[in-house]
Amino acid sequence: MTDIPLLRVERVSKAFGGNQVLREVSLDVRAGQVQCVIGPSGSGKSTLLRCVNRLEVPDSGHVYLEGEPIGYRWKGESLYELTPSQLAVQRRRMGMVFQNFHLFPHRRVIENVTEGPVVVGGMDRAAAREQAMALLSKVGLAEKADAFPESLSGGQQQRVAIARSLAMRPALMLFDEPTSALDPELVGDVLDVMKDLANEGMTMVVVTHEMGFARDVSDHVVFMDGGCVVESGTPEQIFGAPEHERTRSFLSRVI
Amino acid sequence: MTFRSAAGARKVPLRHPWWWAGGAVLLLLIAMFTHLLVTNENMRWSVVVAYLFDAEILGGLVTTLELTALAMVAGLALGIVLAVMRLSANPLFRSVSWLWLWFFRGVPPLVQMVFWFNLATLIPVIELGVPLGPTLASWDTNTVISSFSAAILGLALTESAYAAEMIRAGIQAVPKGQTEAALVLGMSKFQVMRRVVLPQAIRIVVPPIGNDLISMLKFTSLVSVLATPDLLYSAQMIYSRNYRTIPLLLVATIWYLVLTTLLTVAQQHVEQRMRLARGTVPGPVGKRLRFLPLFGRA
Repeated sequence: MTDIPLLRVERVSKAFGGNQVLREVSLDVRAGQVQCVIGPSGSGKSTLLRCVNRLEVPDSGHVYLEGEPIGYRWKGESLYELTPSQLAVQRRRMGMVFQNFHLFPHRRVIENVTEGPVVVGGMDRAAAREQAMALLSKVGLAEKADAFPESLSGGQQQRVAIARSLAMRPALMLFDEPTSALDPELVGDVLDVMKDLANEGMTMVVVTHEMGFARDVSDHVVFMDGGCVVESGTPEQIFGAPEHERTRSFLSRVI
Repeated sequence: MTFRSAAGARKVPLRHPWWWAGGAVLLLLIAMFTHLLVTNENMRWSVVVAYLFDAEILGGLVTTLELTALAMVAGLALGIVLAVMRLSANPLFRSVSWLWLWFFRGVPPLVQMVFWFNLATLIPVIELGVPLGPTLASWDTNTVISSFSAAILGLALTESAYAAEMIRAGIQAVPKGQTEAALVLGMSKFQVMRRVVLPQAIRIVVPPIGNDLISMLKFTSLVSVLATPDLLYSAQMIYSRNYRTIPLLLVATIWYLVLTTLLTVAQQHVEQRMRLARGTVPGPVGKRLRFLPLFGRA
């Protein structure tokens, strides 16, 4: 059983209208691994992440979490599509952090973090609050528990969003350009939280433009361009000795 | 040319002579109108005062409030269902919702009320049962449809069509990212709607719905046609006995104005409160949409 990757993306393709965004993309993520997906805008990085938790339904190919196909269940030799509520159960095991945070504006910070465990996980309200306070302390925002998201800076909102995701105790965290909407001086706080998570052994797939983070924190870097994985390997390989011309020209532009 | 500094010079603000002229004309008109109200004997203010708190009038007032509340609650509840159907991926739901809106927005509430009141001529007996199977229960239509329930049906069905359109607009105004954030937490579609989308949509549609509530209060006066003893019909019954038509219409007018004023104040209060809830002030947790039990915390 140990050869089953935590996440496997198998030849996933996706087109929007006539625009082929993903072309047979495959990758494996082992438990505890931090993988960064880098590449130019429009290379399909975000769509890949959204196909993993089925916010976008792939046109072809499959995604497996702990060997289980996302969006389907086996019955004999056939795959049956899951009902929305069965899919919701699968999604609980994957947290996602968005570029624009998407905190619930009508709920206080603490309520944003307790919402998932209480409503979805059926957790006791007091226990959920306790867990939420611990998570908020971890991201350095315990004193903002009773504030509304609107009153926080972008960096603070993103850290609350991370706490909200962690509250579901996911096996895998997906980060979709988590620092791209932030003012430069706020990026560091969010990256620090993500580093701590990585050090605690959380499995993470991070779509990012932060090359420093990709180089220093990730175990594996995937370079995408034009909807394909062009090259992947350790950060040393990708940043130190990229094999492909496209990787080299991208890196020379962003570093 | 030498440069002339403005520092220290006397400044003369812009004058507004027409404000004063217009104001004077308006004041004169207001004075004339007040004079007419006070001195015209046909107004019979003593009769107005005598009937303002008359038991029959107050009974009518209660009926008007009941009609407003029931029709509004039923209309809004139906409106939410219709709005969700209208946004459904299922084409059958969308079409049925569209047809419903087309019909109930198109037929005047008064026509509907009279129609519902006469339902017994179309369907004499209402039966509940399995289609093509046994009947489980049946009622005589005339006992089910009173003038009151016919009025509620007419008002609520019309309101449901208007409310559906407002709520649909509200739902569509909630950013798509909110739905996605809720979905990735593992919420079901129903939970996403009830916990995340609707509470935000409701905040967006409170001003138009408040407006609608005030319209509804006034539309209830249509039920006087069905001889339902609401505020207007109670006044009409009294003046048909004593022929004091204008004073009793004034009594009704005063009460309608009192109620709409109260509703306007309440609406402003609710909007203010919701602004606070989204602002930077961390006020006490209990002070938000708790007046809507549906949106209280689980």
